[in-house]
Amino acid sequence: MAEATALQIDQAADLQRQFAMRKPTSLWQDAWRRFIRNKGAIVGMLIVAIFALIGLFAPVLAPHPPLEIFAGNPYRQPVWVSLPNDPARTGDPNFIFGTDTIGRDVLSRVIYGARTSMAVGFIPMILILLIGTTIGMTAGFFGGAWDNLLMRFTDIVYAFPDLLFFIIMITALRDTWIGGLLNGFALLFISLALVSWTTVARLVRGQVLSIKEKEYVEAARSIGAPSSRIMLQHIFPNALAPIIVAAAFLVPASIVTEAVLGYLGIGIRPSSDPNAPFPTSWGNLLNDGRVAIETQTTLLIAPAVCVALVMLAFTFIGDGLRDALDPMMKGTS
Amino acid sequence: MSRYLIRRLLWMIPTLFFVIFITFIIMHSTPGGPWDVQPDSRTSDPRLAERLSKTYGLDLPWFFNPTMAQQYMSEGKNPVEVVQGFFSSQFGIYLSNLSQGYLGPSYRYRGLSVNDVLFLPNDPERPIWESRFGTTVFLGVVAMAMALIIGFPLGLIAGLKQNTLVDNLSLLVATLFYGVPTFVTGIMFIFIFAVWLGWIRVLEIDHWQNWQAWMLPGLTLAIGTAAYIARLTRSSVIETMRQDYVRTARAKGLGERAIIFRHIVRNALIPVVTFIGPALAGLVTGSFIIETQFSVNGIGRLFVESIGRRDYGVILALTLIYALLVAFANLIVDIIYGFLDPRIKVGGG
Repeated sequence: MAEATALQIDQAADLQRQFAMRKPTSLWQDAWRRFIRNKGAIVGMLIVAIFALIGLFAPVLAPHPPLEIFAGNPYRQPVWVSLPNDPARTGDPNFIFGTDTIGRDVLSRVIYGARTSMAVGFIPMILILLIGTTIGMTAGFFGGAWDNLLMRFTDIVYAFPDLLFFIIMITALRDTWIGGLLNGFALLFISLALVSWTTVARLVRGQVLSIKEKEYVEAARSIGAPSSRIMLQHIFPNALAPIIVAAAFLVPASIVTEAVLGYLGIGIRPSSDPNAPFPTSWGNLLNDGRVAIETQTTLLIAPAVCVALVMLAFTFIGDGLRDALDPMMKGTS
Repeated sequence: MSRYLIRRLLWMIPTLFFVIFITFIIMHSTPGGPWDVQPDSRTSDPRLAERLSKTYGLDLPWFFNPTMAQQYMSEGKNPVEVVQGFFSSQFGIYLSNLSQGYLGPSYRYRGLSVNDVLFLPNDPERPIWESRFGTTVFLGVVAMAMALIIGFPLGLIAGLKQNTLVDNLSLLVATLFYGVPTFVTGIMFIFIFAVWLGWIRVLEIDHWQNWQAWMLPGLTLAIGTAAYIARLTRSSVIETMRQDYVRTARAKGLGERAIIFRHIVRNALIPVVTFIGPALAGLVTGSFIIETQFSVNGIGRLFVESIGRRDYGVILALTLIYALLVAFANLIVDIIYGFLDPRIKVGGG
């Protein structure tokens, strides 16, 4: 009996030691575990990863160069449509999704479009986060007149209807040198960055306002840490969770903006250089397809489905991230 | 609260001023002008352009007119008139017109003012809501009604049958439609209903007297909002079902139907109803792709067209209208959040 008790005590002590030895999980690890348990988010990540890989390996995957015009092959239907009476337009296994109005392979163009869309999604996101976080952080941290000035400025920019601004900016500056820079990419990125940072700035400012009252910030200040150190080491990491969620929603917003602008015919310029890394975009394809809706349906449907898939994927990822990071965001809104 | 409201409303004035200011600068620095004969080639008859510019005041300086002020000063006019002379520029005249509710002349619909273009129907015999602005608002209202009819029941059923197949399915559908951009939905609908099934002639002009014509653009515009309303209703229903008064109602033996309609639906409606205002503003401002897609003769399509035509007056007026709508919608949302969640302090910050 006594022996058994001793054994039990031993076991209990062992268990305790095991607990003590187990590494404490950080908030981020917890969040990560919650995130990968979310089925929707995983599917979303998979879809984005697939499109990113397609974009990266476009030259290998595309069956034809995206700009090559196949003489005598315009208006070819996709491979599953067979028109026995019209051999020039019937489906051809060479062109799985058919060809466009001047005889370029649709599938190859969609594949290269994925590359463009991924760039359009991620690059402005970085710009927007940089601008928004800087403005929000400094406004919240320094407060006072500086905060007032920045936030009034934010209000003004926020009042601009986004899409209106993009359309005005791009039509206005298209034919100038800045519009020609990088085939219009530069102008698109600048336009996106100029108005989209406001939500990030407001979000970050709100976070900073609550975090800077926390004890650990007070402690850091009391030992004489400089402002820059407090901002970067103490406030920024704790304000990161909502920034990440915002980033997940910024990417699809940029992609869809490019598609909409392209659809309206004012997107990125189609390149004529066969070695250009971004020869076309889904927006360009949509615009080509809009004109040919009755004859070349895949030209319209394929990029539209791609845009929709990417949008959905990011919605799932964003929702997953928000759910995963939520306990960290609680009480900070 | 009222102080907060007044402050927010007053803040709209400088905000909108800057919106006009920035749009004015961007528009006027754009290559080309309203007198270009072919919008694409950007060529105009120089003599005609000069005369038109003079008539419409487009030859005036943009912001300040010191020569006019000097002229007035040398003529010995009083200081108020001299200052007026200094501001008799394109922007100054626009602002002074605007303060009187006049949006200036349209440069493309010559002889008409922007007010006429936006707020009067093409055919004076037609009722006022067939104007361009009226058309867009009407489309927005149709979409709002459709969004409520689709979204609310879907969310209600999903919420009542939480975690069942019905719930998961409707949540999935809602998320799908919430994620897909409206213009892609538009493409799909045009493709399915017009190209495949041939039910509706999309590109037919002037068929808007038939109610059927509104269904497709209305539905396209509605579907994102419907999905959002479904999600909103679902979470609201789930929260309401956990309330004490629902338990009390059950405990006193009230029938399930009475509980659902008298206690749950009524309370679950509150957030949905408060969402209608901002959602309508969103639908009215968010319709220009759909108007272009379905050839709806509203302000969204007019905006896209006017930019190509450099019709400065129309562009400025529409930017202003859109900004105003967005600003009011944001204000309403902020106030509503204050009511719904007292933890969010309205008035601070």
